Amino acid sequence: MSPTKIATENLNLFYGDNHALKDVSVKIKERQITSLIGPSGCGKSTFLKTLNRLVDLIADVKITGKVFLGADDIFHSQVDVTLLRSKIGMVFQSPNPFPMSIYDNIAYGPRIHGIKKRVQLDEIVESSLKGAAIWDEVKDRLKKPALSLSGGQQQRLCIARTLAVKPEVILMDEPTSALDPISTMKIEELMSELKRKHTVIIVTHSMQQAARISDFTAFFLNGVVVEYDTTENLFANPKDKRTEDYITGRFG
Amino acid sequence: MTARVTFDQELEDLNDRLIKMGTTVENAIDESIAALKNKDIESARGIIANDRVVDELEKQIEYKCLTLLLRQQPVAKDLRKISTALKIITDMERIGDHAADIAELIIEITDGNVYEATKHILPMTEVVITMVHDSIWAFTKDELELAHEVIARDDIVDNLFADLKLELAEVIRSEKDTGKHALDYLMIAKYLERIADHAVNICEWVEFSQTGKHIVNK
Repeated sequence: MSPTKIATENLNLFYGDNHALKDVSVKIKERQITSLIGPSGCGKSTFLKTLNRLVDLIADVKITGKVFLGADDIFHSQVDVTLLRSKIGMVFQSPNPFPMSIYDNIAYGPRIHGIKKRVQLDEIVESSLKGAAIWDEVKDRLKKPALSLSGGQQQRLCIARTLAVKPEVILMDEPTSALDPISTMKIEELMSELKRKHTVIIVTHSMQQAARISDFTAFFLNGVVVEYDTTENLFANPKDKRTEDYITGRFG
Repeated sequence: MTARVTFDQELEDLNDRLIKMGTTVENAIDESIAALKNKDIESARGIIANDRVVDELEKQIEYKCLTLLLRQQPVAKDLRKISTALKIITDMERIGDHAADIAELIIEITDGNVYEATKHILPMTEVVITMVHDSIWAFTKDELELAHEVIARDDIVDNLFADLKLELAEVIRSEKDTGKHALDYLMIAKYLERIADHAVNICEWVEFSQTGKHIVNK
């Protein structure tokens, strides 16, 4: 059994009066893929954004409870949020490359963290693009604008950009919902490569995708984690009737 | 970059397991025929005990197939391959059962004269063994032509079985003391004939897996 990478304890989150996460206590396993599923507004994206403190950016948010990355409480007053976000990277729904070259997109993070030497940056750019399975497609045009790439390539570029700062955890918020099926398959295949070195947490609207790629799945409903189990158990033999109703499409 | 490397590896693993189960049942028949020829009761007992291995392999493959259906949501030829794997393991398991059934009868038979009196049982076993071997080969290697050949061979088995029945009727008529053993041989021949039918079933599923058409022969 893998050790726990991220643990939440009685995590509650309020947007003003809206109680968006209710007593969420889960242990996310290291170097495994965990899917978060549930209907719109169930809290799964909020939960994801809490893990690297992106929710800090939203006004009127109140959080109680704890979130640990390894042994460290991520809400501790001494925590450097920029450093935290380099340890817990994020890939968003729509590919969002910066309007600069492919090379500069990848070198952006390392440069911010003080890496200036060309040789070192070259090495990071190459290994990150290779890690995101896009190196062969772009190695001859690293100076070309990132926005000239196809949607699927842009998303893999964004994954490479995340890899460039050597994260321990990669959060993905519906990373394939804007992509065609073949690009989706490529990203899914890439995810199973990523988990060799990283812990991956993905929010997905596609239950089929969760079943295909993840080792563990959490089902969120109205801010509550109704069921959290191995993907196989959750989809083959759910324990809670609400989970069964949702995954079999008999919900609501 | 192939889009579904992981899935392709899983399918290969499924194929390997099917080959392992196929080889195990093939060995069981081989050994039961050898035990019949050599009147080897110890070996017959071993075959009966080993049937558990086949049952266990069937369970493992069944679990693997259900997991693949759940997690990979296969379509088209992938869907047909996995669903037919689920069907053919039942046939393979039955073949294993029949090998054990034959072994049980071998323990019962104490009189060797009947075996000598039946000319057709040996050629029948030879055809049946190749049918089982080739049917599993055809499935795991996607060889449709071989599957058709196996299906055609079933007629040879049926004809040999008909001849064997006449032979055994003659044994019963002429040697009153060995009548019971002649019936045991008739049962063995019937099991062999059933094994050939299961090989045919497997080949019909090969056709379905390849073409999407499931044609049941006679």
